[in-house]
Amino acid sequence: MDLQELTKILNERFPGVLGEENKTAVVIKKESLLEVARFLREDDCAFENLHCVTAVDRRDKMELVYHLYSFKLKFMLTLKIYLASDDLAVETLSGIWKSANWLEREVYDLFGIKFLNHPDMRRILNPEEWTDYPLRKDFDRPDFIRLPQTEGLKAGG
Amino acid sequence: MPMTNFDIKNIDPEKEDNLSFEELIVNMGPQHPSTHGVLYLELTLDGEVVLDCRPHIGYLHRSCEKIAENRTYVQFIPFTDRLDYLASMNNNLGYVLTVEKLLNLQVNERAQYIRVIIAELNRVASHLISAGTLAQDLGAYATPLFYCFRDREKIVELFDTLCGSRLTYNYMRIGGVKNDLPPGADTSIKSFIKYEREKLKEYDDLLTYNAIFLSRTKKVGILKKEVAINYSITGPNLRASGVPWDLRKEEPYLVYDRFNFDVPVGEAGDAWDRFKVRLEEIEQSFRIIEQALGGIPEGNPTVKINKVYKPAAGEVYLRTENPKGELGFYIVSDGTTKPYRNKIRSPSFSNLAVLPELVRGVNISDAVCVLGSLDIVMGEIDR
Repeated sequence: MDLQELTKILNERFPGVLGEENKTAVVIKKESLLEVARFLREDDCAFENLHCVTAVDRRDKMELVYHLYSFKLKFMLTLKIYLASDDLAVETLSGIWKSANWLEREVYDLFGIKFLNHPDMRRILNPEEWTDYPLRKDFDRPDFIRLPQTEGLKAGG
Repeated sequence: MPMTNFDIKNIDPEKEDNLSFEELIVNMGPQHPSTHGVLYLELTLDGEVVLDCRPHIGYLHRSCEKIAENRTYVQFIPFTDRLDYLASMNNNLGYVLTVEKLLNLQVNERAQYIRVIIAELNRVASHLISAGTLAQDLGAYATPLFYCFRDREKIVELFDTLCGSRLTYNYMRIGGVKNDLPPGADTSIKSFIKYEREKLKEYDDLLTYNAIFLSRTKKVGILKKEVAINYSITGPNLRASGVPWDLRKEEPYLVYDRFNFDVPVGEAGDAWDRFKVRLEEIEQSFRIIEQALGGIPEGNPTVKINKVYKPAAGEVYLRTENPKGELGFYIVSDGTTKPYRNKIRSPSFSNLAVLPELVRGVNISDAVCVLGSLDIVMGEIDR
């Protein structure tokens, strides 16, 4: 199994779902994420392991990257979704893979992408009072630390 | 019944109405000896039974991924030492392998053999600490922990003569290693293996088949195969649940495909299996090291380091088998000297996420056992 074969299977099963061509990844439309994910999890492909969820800030848009692994096919699939900067919300996959729970919380914490219907959408690494998203490219205060509940106090610097 | 009106004289133990039941929330950590770092568990208890557990992490968050975006590829190597600080060599290795794949760089054979030997030695050191601390958590006070640290010390000293540091090595280089094995390394590694094999038998008597240890760890924190895969558990924890999955075997990197070794697998997936699998992996690592020392080719493993590397725009996701599980680096390059994005997929992060599932319904003392047997390191969870 390689990427081309899988792209072909997905194209037949879900016509019109695939986004732009990509050499290393399958790009799909945001709306069809859940049904494609359910299909990939099922017996034919058996992507049982959601290995990694992360995002890349492309400045004009946000790129959401899922790494899925299939023990059966011995294949690591990179699944991508592009989100517009003004609409950073997508369905959660934690109903299909439990590992998505914490991985998506991390993406929310560092990039500010909201996962809809997530059971526990809180920050995970940063304090809950924190308001910024540090891994966004426009985060420009790396040495300024706003301490929680210290109004009027100059912190960091 | 409010506690303020509580009067022992009014209590009639025969009448159930007089007894009050209350859920109690206990904060375990962030400073706690058996949370293996700064982990804070919010436990909801009914008496001694854990009803729910909410782990809070992030106390050690240094935003390594943001730091990586502002450093060149070479400059980030020392930062990987500080992720899983018990297996720094393996982190170094995972990172440089990813960058090498991004650069399409070939590494000479001797360097690859040295990398295998060093990575396996560090795996032994990490598993020894895991065994010692689990016994410590269960109340086998000090002795097993000190024994394990005594043995690990020999590996640490070896690394000290190899690269001049005891804990954060910064030894792997993009394209090779920092320096060749020191003279006499061959004999000292072999004599360590001989010594440690004797000691492993001792640990079996002391811990593995000890009646108290068995009763504390058998059938505690059972992790089923399906649950483990669904939570993306990797490494010894997955193998203890009965999945014979080892990246060194299934998708060999470096020269692992040239060596004979077995993949130890557990049956029940309980805390004892996880402990046992780690001890057996030590023996398998010894087998790999012996074969690698026997077949190591001549050559110069060191490289003259470029100050900067400029990989072509692209991305690579590469996993290596760390002592804790599968460590993944996802590096996106935009063609400049610094990575556009460097995501670190740490094994302990996913391994810890399963904890609430395992501790529901067990005693609070067993929760400590489950946590210890998962073998987490906060340095790579918080990053």
